[in-house]
Amino acid sequence: MDGSDIVLEVKDLVTTVKMGGHEVRLVDRVSFTLRRGRTTAIVGESGSGKTMTALSLLRLLEPPVRVAGGTVRYLGRDLLALTERQMAEVRGARIAMVFQDPLASLNPVLRIGFQIAETLRAHRKMTRAEAERRAVELLRHVGVPDADARAMDYPHHFSGGMRQRVLIASAISCGPEVIIADEPTTALDVTVQAKILHLLDDLRQEAEASLLLITHDLGVVAAMADDVAVMYAGRVIEQADVDTLFHAPRHPYTRALLACAINLEDDRNTALEPIAGAPPDPRRRPSGCPFHPRCPDAIPDCRRIDPPLEAVSAQQSVACIVAQRAMADA
Amino acid sequence: MRGFLLRRLAALVPVLIGVSVVIFLLMHLAPGDVTTTLLGPQATEADRVALRRTLGLDQPVPAQYARWVARIAEGDLGTSVATSRPVAALIVPRFLNTALLAAASLALAMAIGYGAGLLAALRPRSVLDRVLTGVTLLFGSTPPFWLGLVLVLFFALRLRWLPVSGMTDMAGEGGVLDVARHLVLPTVTTALGPAAIITRLVRSSVLEAIGRPHVRVARAKGLGRGALLRRHVILNALPPIMTITGLQLGYLLGGALFSEVVFAWPGLGSLLYDSITARDTPVVQATTLLIALLFVLVNVLVDLVNAALDPRLKES
Repeated sequence: MDGSDIVLEVKDLVTTVKMGGHEVRLVDRVSFTLRRGRTTAIVGESGSGKTMTALSLLRLLEPPVRVAGGTVRYLGRDLLALTERQMAEVRGARIAMVFQDPLASLNPVLRIGFQIAETLRAHRKMTRAEAERRAVELLRHVGVPDADARAMDYPHHFSGGMRQRVLIASAISCGPEVIIADEPTTALDVTVQAKILHLLDDLRQEAEASLLLITHDLGVVAAMADDVAVMYAGRVIEQADVDTLFHAPRHPYTRALLACAINLEDDRNTALEPIAGAPPDPRRRPSGCPFHPRCPDAIPDCRRIDPPLEAVSAQQSVACIVAQRAMADA
Repeated sequence: MRGFLLRRLAALVPVLIGVSVVIFLLMHLAPGDVTTTLLGPQATEADRVALRRTLGLDQPVPAQYARWVARIAEGDLGTSVATSRPVAALIVPRFLNTALLAAASLALAMAIGYGAGLLAALRPRSVLDRVLTGVTLLFGSTPPFWLGLVLVLFFALRLRWLPVSGMTDMAGEGGVLDVARHLVLPTVTTALGPAAIITRLVRSSVLEAIGRPHVRVARAKGLGRGALLRRHVILNALPPIMTITGLQLGYLLGGALFSEVVFAWPGLGSLLYDSITARDTPVVQATTLLIALLFVLVNVLVDLVNAALDPRLKES
């Protein structure tokens, strides 16, 4: 792995929320990298800190939530050290984001074409007319039929899938090197989910951009991702390329997640295998490994030792002392 | 947009009919007798009957109503019972005076309300927010007649900066500057209540708009602070702000009764007050109807502005 193709490098990112005088960690020492032209997926249950991680990268958090530590290097530059004005130049132009709920993501009182053109006008020296012409081209490019006329419509005239296409058009308008997609299909009909994911993937390849895909859907991960980071309770507990993760998961939580997914696709009438217990409340994280109360493989040390994310092979890192010891013994 | 306007105007017809009935009945149901006011308590019964016939008060109430409406439809507001002058000639100059006071008060209330509301919303729960919210609450809950008297006491009688009452100096030459000086205290008295209401509403609408997801999306596009605030926060917060501003204007055009009485401002409010005291039914009815008409028209105007601001309102 050559270091020069790393576009985004997140290291020990900590994001906290102030609750009743205490700083509660929502994202806890998260590290991962995004390489040029590749897709990294962040997977985890809701509440595991995926979205908070994405918002932290672009510094889109609002008090009482804040980034409390770590570095986010974009092409070597630490985004967390930039001024707000410098950060605004990065947002939308170099790193763009597609959000979960396409209706709520669009301003209901502005025309679609205007909302796409707005991104262009913020970063390029373009007149409003030029930017709106370009917006129509972008709409056509993301597969919105009758783009000329639709650019003059308002968001409530669009279907969910079309709205997400609009937001994707806005995200790619300035040719960003990184696209962050936060559960881009969760709010959509099943029938349009695949189309939107294909569109994202095609556009990423075409622009040689990198995609940070946030999802809870392992099927999506298998289809789209090159690398995967699994999050649990605000931490990355396992990281690997997609083949390794699916074929040789090391962390008991990853294995349990995969077991759930595989059971779902099984025709035979096998019972679902839920993970016993619930993810911990961020205010009351267990001592040691946050997963130990639910872990089938837990040993007494798990209650004591908070395992760091350590490389167990060239492709794989895991934050589990049981897995780390087993790999060391092998 | 034209269809929307026509629909809104059509909806006014039943409202205005209802308003006219209420206005008409109110004066009829009120106790007292106009003949006593005009002829005095010593008048004979025969004189009273004769006067009632002259005024048309011997007719059944529905017939009186029909005649009143028919005359108004022709543009005839009737004749003042108390002064024997045409009602229209009484009302028009008074209305212009009220319009001046209302415009000045609304401008001041908007300046204070929009400014303070926006400042408070941009720094929620800060010291500035608490001070602004507290001060507006204090002024908003102060009765205007009391506030007016305090202002007179301080600025007119003690400091002698401003005139006590009226629209012009009796002895002076009048002119714009003179009217402006007379306008200050009634304007402040009238504006503070609406300013408080507008401040609170602007604060809450802007706060609500800031929290919407599309604002975060707009930030993620890399928009500057100014564009973000203008297009994605204020533009979205405007419809309720326009509505409340329109309601305040309606209230002010109705003659800010208390300020007009306290400051002897010759507007609709003081005309209404005098006419009610004199049981001058034609003037009371015409004034009230004019106020109601202005009120609903201002609200139609606000609806139009809001429909232009938010396309979803036009279609619903």
